[in-house]
Amino acid sequence: MFENFIASLMTVEGFAFYLFSILTIGLFLVTVLSKNILYAMTSLAAGMILISGFFFILGADFLGVIQIIVYVGAIMALYAFAMMFFDATRNIKENNTNAPLVFILGGLSALMLVMMFAAPIHSDAIVALYPMTEGVGNVQDVGMVLFTKYLIPFEVAALMLLVAMISGIILAGKKMDNSLTEDTSADDEILITKDEK
Amino acid sequence: MIGLSHYLILSAILFSIGLVGILRRRNILMLLFATEIMLNATNIAFVAISDNYGDLTGQMFAFYIIAIAASEVAVGLGLLIVLYKRHGSLDLDDLASMRG
Repeated sequence: MFENFIASLMTVEGFAFYLFSILTIGLFLVTVLSKNILYAMTSLAAGMILISGFFFILGADFLGVIQIIVYVGAIMALYAFAMMFFDATRNIKENNTNAPLVFILGGLSALMLVMMFAAPIHSDAIVALYPMTEGVGNVQDVGMVLFTKYLIPFEVAALMLLVAMISGIILAGKKMDNSLTEDTSADDEILITKDEK
Repeated sequence: MIGLSHYLILSAILFSIGLVGILRRRNILMLLFATEIMLNATNIAFVAISDNYGDLTGQMFAFYIIAIAASEVAVGLGLLIVLYKRHGSLDLDDLASMRG
Protein backbone atom coordinates (compact mmCIF):
# COMPACT_ATOMS: atom_id res chain seq x y z
CA MET A 1 0.00 0.00 0.00
CA PHE A 2 2.65 2.50 1.12
CA GLU A 3 5.12 1.31 -1.52
CA ASN A 4 2.41 1.85 -4.12
CA PHE A 5 1.96 5.42 -2.92
CA ILE A 6 5.70 6.11 -3.11
CA ALA A 7 5.92 4.52 -6.56
CA SER A 8 3.00 6.59 -7.85
CA LEU A 9 4.67 9.73 -6.49
CA MET A 10 7.64 8.98 -8.74
CA THR A 11 5.57 9.24 -11.92
CA VAL A 12 4.70 12.63 -13.37
CA GLU A 13 0.96 11.95 -13.32
CA GLY A 14 0.98 10.72 -9.71
CA PHE A 15 3.10 13.60 -8.44
CA ALA A 16 0.91 16.16 -10.21
CA PHE A 17 -2.26 14.47 -8.94
CA TYR A 18 -1.19 14.44 -5.29
CA LEU A 19 0.23 17.98 -5.43
CA PHE A 20 -2.90 19.39 -7.09
CA SER A 21 -5.29 17.52 -4.84
CA ILE A 22 -3.60 18.63 -1.61
CA LEU A 23 -3.48 22.23 -2.82
CA THR A 24 -7.09 22.18 -4.06
CA ILE A 25 -8.45 20.70 -0.84
CA GLY A 26 -6.49 23.23 1.22
CA LEU A 27 -7.59 26.20 -0.87
CA PHE A 28 -11.25 25.16 -0.86
CA LEU A 29 -11.09 24.66 2.92
CA VAL A 30 -9.84 28.26 3.16
CA THR A 31 -12.79 29.33 0.98
CA VAL A 32 -15.32 27.57 3.18
CA LEU A 33 -13.85 28.46 6.57
CA SER A 34 -12.49 31.98 6.01
CA LYS A 35 -14.08 35.00 7.69
CA ASN A 36 -12.96 37.41 4.99
CA ILE A 37 -14.79 37.45 1.65
CA LEU A 38 -11.71 38.61 -0.29
CA TYR A 39 -9.61 35.70 1.05
CA ALA A 40 -12.42 33.29 0.18
CA MET A 41 -12.74 34.64 -3.36
CA THR A 42 -9.00 34.58 -4.05
CA SER A 43 -8.54 31.05 -2.77
CA LEU A 44 -11.58 29.93 -4.79
CA ALA A 45 -10.01 31.39 -7.95
CA ALA A 46 -6.70 29.63 -7.23
CA GLY A 47 -8.51 26.34 -6.62
CA MET A 48 -10.35 26.68 -9.94
CA ILE A 49 -7.02 27.06 -11.79
CA LEU A 50 -5.66 23.96 -10.04
CA ILE A 51 -8.80 22.01 -11.01
CA SER A 52 -8.05 22.81 -14.65
CA GLY A 53 -4.74 21.03 -13.97
CA PHE A 54 -6.71 17.83 -13.31
CA PHE A 55 -8.46 18.27 -16.65
CA PHE A 56 -5.10 18.59 -18.41
CA ILE A 57 -3.83 15.41 -16.68
CA LEU A 58 -6.97 13.57 -17.78
CA GLY A 59 -6.47 14.56 -21.41
CA ALA A 60 -9.43 16.96 -21.57
CA ASP A 61 -7.44 19.91 -22.91
CA PHE A 62 -10.38 21.88 -24.24
CA LEU A 63 -12.28 21.64 -20.96
CA GLY A 64 -9.18 22.73 -19.04
CA VAL A 65 -8.84 25.87 -21.14
CA ILE A 66 -12.59 26.54 -20.83
CA GLN A 67 -12.30 26.10 -17.05
CA ILE A 68 -9.58 28.77 -16.85
CA ILE A 69 -11.34 31.19 -19.22
CA VAL A 70 -14.88 30.85 -17.89
CA TYR A 71 -14.34 30.24 -14.19
CA VAL A 72 -11.29 32.33 -13.45
CA GLY A 73 -11.74 34.86 -16.23
CA ALA A 74 -15.49 35.41 -16.22
CA ILE A 75 -17.07 34.14 -13.02
CA MET A 76 -14.35 35.37 -10.68
CA ALA A 77 -14.26 38.74 -12.46
CA LEU A 78 -18.03 38.95 -11.97
CA TYR A 79 -17.62 38.22 -8.25
CA ALA A 80 -14.88 40.83 -8.05
CA PHE A 81 -17.20 43.40 -9.64
CA ALA A 82 -19.98 42.44 -7.25
CA MET A 83 -17.55 43.10 -4.37
CA MET A 84 -17.87 46.81 -5.17
CA PHE A 85 -21.51 46.71 -4.08
CA PHE A 86 -20.85 44.83 -0.85
CA ASP A 87 -18.55 45.89 1.95
CA ALA A 88 -15.89 43.28 1.32
CA THR A 89 -13.06 44.45 3.53
CA ARG A 90 -15.03 43.97 6.74
CA ASN A 91 -14.95 40.54 8.32
CA ILE A 92 -18.22 38.63 8.26
CA LYS A 93 -19.89 38.13 11.60
CA GLU A 94 -21.93 34.98 11.64
CA ASN A 95 -23.45 33.06 14.47
CA ASN A 96 -22.55 29.50 13.62
CA THR A 97 -24.88 27.40 15.64
CA ASN A 98 -24.33 23.68 15.86
CA ALA A 99 -20.85 23.63 14.28
CA PRO A 100 -20.12 20.06 15.53
CA LEU A 101 -23.37 18.84 13.98
CA VAL A 102 -22.43 20.36 10.63
CA PHE A 103 -19.01 18.75 10.65
CA ILE A 104 -20.46 15.39 11.67
CA LEU A 105 -23.03 15.58 8.85
CA GLY A 106 -20.40 16.67 6.33
CA GLY A 107 -17.99 13.97 7.44
CA LEU A 108 -20.64 11.28 7.28
CA SER A 109 -21.68 12.30 3.78
CA ALA A 110 -18.00 12.36 2.74
CA LEU A 111 -17.58 8.84 4.10
CA MET A 112 -20.71 7.66 2.30
CA LEU A 113 -19.65 9.23 -1.00
CA VAL A 114 -16.13 7.79 -0.74
CA MET A 115 -17.52 4.32 -0.03
CA MET A 116 -19.89 4.62 -2.98
CA PHE A 117 -17.17 5.79 -5.35
CA ALA A 118 -14.50 3.40 -4.09
CA ALA A 119 -16.75 0.38 -4.66
CA PRO A 120 -15.60 -1.69 -7.64
CA ILE A 121 -17.76 -1.44 -10.75
CA HIS A 122 -18.87 -4.90 -11.92
CA SER A 123 -20.42 -4.44 -15.30
CA ASP A 124 -19.41 -5.33 -18.83
CA ALA A 125 -22.41 -3.51 -20.23
CA ILE A 126 -20.74 -0.10 -19.98
CA VAL A 127 -19.62 0.86 -23.48
CA ALA A 128 -18.58 4.24 -24.81
CA LEU A 129 -21.48 6.06 -26.46
CA TYR A 130 -19.27 8.55 -28.30
CA PRO A 131 -15.78 7.02 -28.20
CA MET A 132 -12.69 9.17 -28.58
CA THR A 133 -11.23 8.99 -32.07
CA GLU A 134 -7.65 7.79 -32.42
CA GLY A 135 -5.11 10.21 -33.83
CA VAL A 136 -7.39 13.23 -33.38
CA GLY A 137 -6.74 15.98 -30.87
CA ASN A 138 -9.11 16.55 -27.95
CA VAL A 139 -10.32 19.92 -29.21
CA GLN A 140 -11.24 18.56 -32.65
CA ASP A 141 -12.88 15.51 -31.07
CA VAL A 142 -14.98 17.62 -28.69
CA GLY A 143 -15.96 19.90 -31.55
CA MET A 144 -17.12 17.01 -33.72
CA VAL A 145 -19.28 15.49 -30.99
CA LEU A 146 -20.58 18.85 -29.72
CA PHE A 147 -21.71 20.12 -33.12
CA THR A 148 -23.26 16.87 -34.31
CA LYS A 149 -24.66 14.87 -31.39
CA TYR A 150 -25.12 17.69 -28.87
CA LEU A 151 -26.15 20.51 -31.19
CA ILE A 152 -29.62 21.14 -29.73
CA PRO A 153 -28.42 21.23 -26.09
CA PHE A 154 -25.72 23.62 -27.29
CA GLU A 155 -28.33 25.97 -28.77
CA VAL A 156 -30.46 25.70 -25.64
CA ALA A 157 -27.40 26.55 -23.54
CA ALA A 158 -26.86 29.63 -25.72
CA LEU A 159 -30.48 30.67 -25.12
CA MET A 160 -30.04 30.07 -21.38
CA LEU A 161 -26.94 32.28 -21.30
CA LEU A 162 -28.88 35.01 -23.14
CA VAL A 163 -31.70 34.83 -20.58
CA ALA A 164 -29.14 34.95 -17.76
CA MET A 165 -27.45 37.98 -19.32
CA ILE A 166 -30.74 39.89 -19.68
CA SER A 167 -31.82 39.04 -16.13
CA GLY A 168 -28.42 40.06 -14.78
CA ILE A 169 -28.64 43.43 -16.55
CA ILE A 170 -32.21 44.04 -15.37
CA LEU A 171 -31.49 43.04 -11.76
CA ALA A 172 -28.26 44.95 -11.35
CA GLY A 173 -28.95 47.96 -13.57
CA LYS A 174 -30.36 51.22 -12.25
CA LYS A 175 -34.08 51.88 -12.75
CA MET A 176 -34.39 48.80 -14.93
CA ASP A 177 -37.30 47.45 -12.89
CA ASN A 178 -39.83 49.97 -14.28
CA SER A 179 -40.83 50.06 -17.91
CA LEU A 180 -39.78 53.10 -19.89
CA THR A 181 -42.75 52.99 -22.26
CA GLU A 182 -45.37 52.70 -19.51
CA ASP A 183 -43.64 55.19 -17.26
CA THR A 184 -45.73 58.40 -17.48
CA SER A 185 -43.29 60.39 -15.36
CA ALA A 186 -40.70 59.92 -18.10
CA ASP A 187 -43.14 61.52 -20.56
CA ASP A 188 -43.64 64.45 -18.18
CA GLU A 189 -39.88 64.92 -17.92
CA ILE A 190 -39.62 65.01 -21.70
CA LEU A 191 -42.49 67.55 -21.92
CA ILE A 192 -40.92 69.73 -19.22
CA THR A 193 -37.58 69.79 -20.99
CA LYS A 194 -39.40 70.64 -24.24
CA ASP A 195 -41.23 73.52 -22.56
CA GLU A 196 -38.01 74.88 -21.12
CA LYS A 197 -36.61 75.08 -24.60
CA MET B 1 -0.64 4.27 -10.61
CA ILE B 2 -3.43 6.84 -10.46
CA GLY B 3 -6.75 5.21 -11.31
CA LEU B 4 -10.36 6.22 -11.58
CA SER B 5 -11.05 5.74 -7.87
CA HIS B 6 -8.39 8.29 -6.93
CA TYR B 7 -10.21 10.97 -8.88
CA LEU B 8 -13.63 9.89 -7.62
CA ILE B 9 -12.48 10.01 -4.00
CA LEU B 10 -10.97 13.46 -4.55
CA SER B 11 -14.25 14.56 -6.10
CA ALA B 12 -16.19 13.21 -3.12
CA ILE B 13 -13.92 15.07 -0.68
CA LEU B 14 -14.30 18.34 -2.57
CA PHE B 15 -18.08 17.85 -2.76
CA SER B 16 -18.21 17.34 1.01
CA ILE B 17 -16.18 20.50 1.56
CA GLY B 18 -18.78 22.38 -0.46
CA LEU B 19 -21.57 20.69 1.50
CA VAL B 20 -20.02 21.72 4.82
CA GLY B 21 -19.78 25.26 3.46
CA ILE B 22 -23.48 25.27 2.50
CA LEU B 23 -24.49 23.92 5.91
CA ARG B 24 -22.21 26.11 7.98
CA ARG B 25 -22.15 29.58 6.45
CA ARG B 26 -24.91 32.15 6.94
CA ASN B 27 -23.72 34.63 4.29
CA ILE B 28 -25.39 34.22 0.88
CA LEU B 29 -22.22 35.09 -1.02
CA MET B 30 -20.41 32.28 0.79
CA LEU B 31 -23.25 29.94 -0.14
CA LEU B 32 -22.65 30.82 -3.81
CA PHE B 33 -18.92 30.07 -3.37
CA ALA B 34 -19.75 26.70 -1.82
CA THR B 35 -22.07 25.93 -4.75
CA GLU B 36 -19.21 26.62 -7.15
CA ILE B 37 -17.03 24.16 -5.22
CA MET B 38 -19.69 21.45 -5.47
CA LEU B 39 -20.16 22.01 -9.21
CA ASN B 40 -16.40 21.75 -9.74
CA ALA B 41 -16.24 18.52 -7.76
CA THR B 42 -18.85 16.93 -10.03
CA ASN B 43 -16.92 18.19 -13.06
CA ILE B 44 -13.81 16.33 -11.90
CA ALA B 45 -15.83 13.12 -11.50
CA PHE B 46 -17.38 13.50 -14.98
CA VAL B 47 -14.04 14.08 -16.70
CA ALA B 48 -12.34 11.22 -14.82
CA ILE B 49 -15.07 8.76 -15.83
CA SER B 50 -14.93 10.10 -19.40
CA ASP B 51 -11.17 9.44 -19.46
CA ASN B 52 -11.59 5.98 -17.94
CA TYR B 53 -14.10 4.72 -20.50
CA GLY B 54 -12.67 6.62 -23.47
CA ASP B 55 -16.04 8.31 -23.88
CA LEU B 56 -16.65 11.97 -24.69
CA THR B 57 -20.08 12.17 -23.06
CA GLY B 58 -18.64 13.02 -19.65
CA GLN B 59 -16.73 15.95 -21.07
CA MET B 60 -19.91 17.18 -22.76
CA PHE B 61 -21.77 17.11 -19.45
CA ALA B 62 -18.93 18.98 -17.74
CA PHE B 63 -19.12 21.55 -20.54
CA TYR B 64 -22.82 22.16 -19.92
CA ILE B 65 -22.28 22.27 -16.15
CA ILE B 66 -19.80 25.11 -16.70
CA ALA B 67 -22.39 26.96 -18.85
CA ILE B 68 -25.06 26.48 -16.16
CA ALA B 69 -22.65 27.69 -13.45
CA ALA B 70 -21.92 30.83 -15.45
CA SER B 71 -25.60 31.72 -15.87
CA GLU B 72 -26.30 30.82 -12.23
CA VAL B 73 -23.65 33.30 -11.10
CA ALA B 74 -25.02 36.04 -13.37
CA VAL B 75 -28.58 35.70 -12.03
CA GLY B 76 -27.49 35.00 -8.43
CA LEU B 77 -25.26 38.05 -8.20
CA GLY B 78 -28.01 40.25 -9.67
CA LEU B 79 -30.42 39.00 -7.02
CA LEU B 80 -27.77 39.54 -4.31
CA ILE B 81 -27.27 43.14 -5.38
CA VAL B 82 -31.04 43.78 -5.22
CA LEU B 83 -31.19 42.14 -1.78
CA TYR B 84 -28.26 44.16 -0.50
CA LYS B 85 -29.78 47.43 -1.72
CA ARG B 86 -33.06 46.59 -0.03
CA HIS B 87 -31.85 45.15 3.30
CA GLY B 88 -28.24 46.31 3.65
CA SER B 89 -27.14 42.87 4.68
CA LEU B 90 -26.41 39.48 3.15
CA ASP B 91 -26.81 37.46 6.33
CA LEU B 92 -29.50 34.81 6.12
CA ASP B 93 -30.57 35.42 9.72
CA ASP B 94 -31.22 39.12 9.01
CA LEU B 95 -33.08 38.33 5.81
CA ALA B 96 -35.48 35.85 7.40
CA SER B 97 -38.73 37.78 7.21
CA MET B 98 -41.10 34.89 7.89
CA ARG B 99 -40.57 33.77 11.46
CA GLY B 100 -41.49 30.15 11.12
